[in-house]
Amino acid sequence: MNLRRLLAISRKEVFQVVRDSRSLLIVLLMPLMLMTTLGYGVNLDARHIRVFAFDREGSQASQDLLKRFQSSAYFDLVAIVTDYRALAAALDDGRCQLAIVIPYDFSARLHDGRPANIQALVDGSDNNTAQLAIGYAQGVLASYGAAVQAEYLRKSNAPTVNPVLSVEARTWFNEDLESKNFIVPGVAAIVMAVVGVLLTSLTVAREWERGTMEQLISTPVTSLEIIIGKLLPYFALGMFDTAVCAAIAVWWFQVPFRGSLIALTVGSGIYLIAILGLGFWISVATKHQLAASQIGLVTAFLPSFLLSGFTFPIDQMPVGVQPFTYLIAARYYIVILKSVFLRGSSLGFLAGPLIALVIYAAIMVFLAKQSFHKSLA
Amino acid sequence: MIERLRQILIKEFIHLFRDRHARFSLIVPPLLQMLIFGYAASYEVNHVSTAVLDFDHSPESREFLERFSASRRFQVRELLQNEAQIPSLLDHRRVALVLQIQPGFAELLRKGQTAPVQVVLDGSDSNSALIAVGYINQIATRFAQDYQLQLADRLRPALATFAPNIELQERPWYNANLESRWFFVPGVIGTLVLVSVMTLTAFAVVREREIGTLEQLMVTPISPAELIVGKTLPFLLVGLANVIVVAIAGTLWFQVPFRGSVFVLLLGTILFLASALGVGLLISTICSTQQQAFSLSFFYITPAIMLSGFGYPIASMPTALQWFTNLDALRFYLVVLRGTFIKGIGLEVLWPQMVAMTVLGAATLTLATLCFHKTLD
Repeated sequence: MNLRRLLAISRKEVFQVVRDSRSLLIVLLMPLMLMTTLGYGVNLDARHIRVFAFDREGSQASQDLLKRFQSSAYFDLVAIVTDYRALAAALDDGRCQLAIVIPYDFSARLHDGRPANIQALVDGSDNNTAQLAIGYAQGVLASYGAAVQAEYLRKSNAPTVNPVLSVEARTWFNEDLESKNFIVPGVAAIVMAVVGVLLTSLTVAREWERGTMEQLISTPVTSLEIIIGKLLPYFALGMFDTAVCAAIAVWWFQVPFRGSLIALTVGSGIYLIAILGLGFWISVATKHQLAASQIGLVTAFLPSFLLSGFTFPIDQMPVGVQPFTYLIAARYYIVILKSVFLRGSSLGFLAGPLIALVIYAAIMVFLAKQSFHKSLA
Repeated sequence: MIERLRQILIKEFIHLFRDRHARFSLIVPPLLQMLIFGYAASYEVNHVSTAVLDFDHSPESREFLERFSASRRFQVRELLQNEAQIPSLLDHRRVALVLQIQPGFAELLRKGQTAPVQVVLDGSDSNSALIAVGYINQIATRFAQDYQLQLADRLRPALATFAPNIELQERPWYNANLESRWFFVPGVIGTLVLVSVMTLTAFAVVREREIGTLEQLMVTPISPAELIVGKTLPFLLVGLANVIVVAIAGTLWFQVPFRGSVFVLLLGTILFLASALGVGLLISTICSTQQQAFSLSFFYITPAIMLSGFGYPIASMPTALQWFTNLDALRFYLVVLRGTFIKGIGLEVLWPQMVAMTVLGAATLTLATLCFHKTLD
């Protein structure tokens, strides 16, 4: 390997990036755009769930119950209707996500100790909100039921006491359980997947499409020099984007940063090498910009979004899918990011994911070099 | 004029199907996306790995903890002896939450006082943590209620017979088992058709410009309007075919129902594709290289998907961002997709979405045509 030749290739690539000012601008704005849409847009906690009620009794008891729904932060009691058809129509067009039906003999049943069942019709087409809505409604009902029972025992002069369980939750790592603290640290992995795989594979594929790669090959530069030389500027861009992401996360979104800066830098660097290698490999394998971009999308962007634990917890995936997540470089990097920001783990704790990333990067660079050799032959 | 249009269409189709890479990117990425989403995307919280630390060793505390082992939401993995074990369990992510019961728990319950249950949880996945806390609260309220009744019953039998008893009977409509797939599979049709149609359109024109064939086209008698129609119509058909293939695959493979009318779905798809083509065309008029076109498409696609309600509820976003979602045609298309697949509703409910997509489609297409004219001059 010759340093002078390598730097010459890099210089050429830098010129290409800098002259294409639009692409450069886009790459520099990418972290900002992804950070704001993901940081502000992703909030999985359902608030203001729209509730319709069908009160078939209209008694004091049924109104008490509805009042509890009204005062809950999770529900907006939008309307009280007088027949089922109105409920069905509201569920159909999405005006209501949860419909509460109180039976006509609600207070009589409460009085007799017969089961007084409240129907909750939920819009299951959004199953996450539906699940949260059922959970919150059960919470409202449980506290109402406890109050009614205490009242009953008091009235019947029962020799009893009124014990209460208070759940004292102490949350570690993300004390206020804010969605942004969970989402924002991981965004760097997505930004790098885009910059690393997609843009690199496009530039390299372009050289093949235009035939300039053949010119490069006929010079005395070796294949490893070409690979490293071409990737070096993108490595710098990727590291710059990571720094921007971290800065936005800490200063704009106020996400705590508890770990070591060294761990973040080392982890980011290795992840970036892995993902640049993948991008190079794709572009050599396809030699076609459209195909490279599509494959990059499917192998890098989507998996780092979906299979990495970025928003969807890996341990909740089907057992058959979980092994595939080990093939995704972002999986290891997300662990590092979340640890560095929220957990404050030291380098020692991160040895596992770091080693995995090193192996991953080595394999990718090897594959890139192999396929490059082959396509030269 | 019809003849010229026909020639351009034939040329585009030959282009599309002769190219191995284009053929590949028409079929493989959409199906892979559907598989990944269908299997990996889920917000459900089941079998949360739990550790238990019982300092009380009373029948009460055992019964309380028993309720967690019985629930499918929690999976008790570890029985701890002392608090010192907690940090390393959470740090290494072996458990997500620790239930801790202090000595004197049963004593407080028997006296009818407030008995604390301490929960230590890993907040780095805030969504799962929030849902888990909700479940813990439910179990605790229910336990206290049952305990009170038992106590009263022991002192004065038959009291329990008439004790009020309320249950929530949840009936999820449209999706009785609240399966995540039913939510994500129709949604992924929208995102993948957006991605493939938009990038194909953006690349198609830019590619001709990059190679220089756009100038050749311009010296032919073809008018700009014919060129635009000829360039976009094939991708409209490709998009429709994409939707049909993925819809069939989704209903057959993932058993997602299709309850509405095919006509409504196709109408909605065409209206949605109008805006996707418009944006793609707009991008292609601005950009001079495929790399630029790709980065700019990405800049549009990411917010479009994030803000569409595809995976994150719009109602939970900040108000300013919610207003912004009205500019996103995908938002309306997702309502149509989920409406026709899961809810089985028709135009009588979905007409506002259709109107919105028509307006957005007309606006983007007009804008794109105006810009396109300019770049040709």
